[in-house]
Amino acid sequence: MITLENVHKSFGPKQVLRGVDLTIPKGESMVIIGGSGTGKSVALKCVLGLITPDQGRILVDGQDAARAERDAFLARFGMLFQGGALFDSLSVWQNVAFRLLRGSLKRPKAEAREIAIEKLRRVGLTPDVADLFPSELSGGMQKRVGLARAIAAEPEIIFFDEPTTGLDPIMSGVINDLIREIVVEMGATAMTITHDMTSVRAIADKVAMLHDGVIKWTGPVAQLDSSGDPHLDQFIHGRAEGPIAAVR
Amino acid sequence: MILLSPLQHLGRAVLGLLATIGQVAIFAFDGLSHMLRPPFYWREFLAALLQIGWLSLPVVGLTAFFTGGALALQIYAGGARFSAEAVVPQIVAIGMVRELGPVLVGLMIAARVTSSIAAEIATMKVTEQIDALVTLSTHPMKYLTAPRVLAALIVVPILVGIGDIIGIFGGYVVGVQQLGFNSASYLKNTADFLELSDILSSLIKGAAFGGIAATMGCYFGMQSGRGAQGVGQATKASVQAAAVLILAANFILTSVFFSS
Repeated sequence: MITLENVHKSFGPKQVLRGVDLTIPKGESMVIIGGSGTGKSVALKCVLGLITPDQGRILVDGQDAARAERDAFLARFGMLFQGGALFDSLSVWQNVAFRLLRGSLKRPKAEAREIAIEKLRRVGLTPDVADLFPSELSGGMQKRVGLARAIAAEPEIIFFDEPTTGLDPIMSGVINDLIREIVVEMGATAMTITHDMTSVRAIADKVAMLHDGVIKWTGPVAQLDSSGDPHLDQFIHGRAEGPIAAVR
Repeated sequence: MILLSPLQHLGRAVLGLLATIGQVAIFAFDGLSHMLRPPFYWREFLAALLQIGWLSLPVVGLTAFFTGGALALQIYAGGARFSAEAVVPQIVAIGMVRELGPVLVGLMIAARVTSSIAAEIATMKVTEQIDALVTLSTHPMKYLTAPRVLAALIVVPILVGIGDIIGIFGGYVVGVQQLGFNSASYLKNTADFLELSDILSSLIKGAAFGGIAATMGCYFGMQSGRGAQGVGQATKASVQAAAVLILAANFILTSVFFSS
């Protein structure tokens, strides 16, 4: 279970998070929605320790993230970055097996390559992609390789940062289905940030809406259309008029 | 108020400079500490050795050769004013080994290696590859900075040694082919005049300049701002800082080695 308690974060005079409280139960898929620049990525990076919150606590299975031993803590996570964040200098299979080639999870090279190819298959890529470099792949393929890398070490918790941004609708559907299948199959706790409502409905068990630095609404995905929350209604229907200013 | 404004700007600039010096020093010590503690990334270290050392050889060799040749011509022409043309081999040797070899190699490394390291790391930062490293339980200082700085500390003195030899060879070619020196006596004068301390000072300068060049590339890469402009600014700032620091360090090291 991941718990964010009263998390604040500012960058200079700009207050991005103003007291985020959120709980993601173990094995559930939580999707955080909200407009651009509302702090979704900041919240996610705070959990991973990539950004240090100014105030508040983040607990993972009751353990304070700020005090956890970094390597063991991070070994529990997998992350799919918005742009893939694949390492240009490494081949596809070396990207996927990155964690298996070094550190505490190190395996023999042949075994790591085998696992990488199996994970590539899992995300719908053939083994002949393994020896290509990221620059030789399309955007959709890069996302899949990023997904394969995120699941390579079979993490308990997986984060997805805008998983469908920049993809065509069909490829977005493929990635959404893959994420859902993998999360269910692995029994992982998932936290996704997106503003793609098709993704939300495909991936989420629960949804949280972040606006003005706080969680405005949270509930099961089934209640998304009947929440009665004006912020959420405006967002999911993509209306310019409403409590959320169109120009921020 | 109008009179105070320039003072305020000056004060801000000085404070900014001091803060940057402090940050660079902390970064350098952090990088050094990661060099001494496992895990070590040997593949990245070997790749850095190849990139900084082997692939810099052509530019270092050509720079040293032409500089050695030009130095021989200058000394011959200048020496002729007071009948001291014969000192060409000695002055080329001492000039290349003590001063021009290390400084020119250092500046070439700043141009070629510092810029490439800064641009690569800055691009990695902008495309979230540095964040990805962290989430994959890999410390960016250990994976990116330590191998590059260690490789530069080892390989740049070797490049300086090679540059010194090629520079002396450039002077020899010009001296023998164009200025009429006897080949054997040119080589003997060169060998007799050089001392071990000259060579050691050259190699120590090489190590210092290599460390500066790689550290500046890594530091400014890691500090890069967003987008293409951020990468460009980081690259430019890294080369400027490396070049100025190499020249300043050269002055300090020369004072330490030769002021007496």
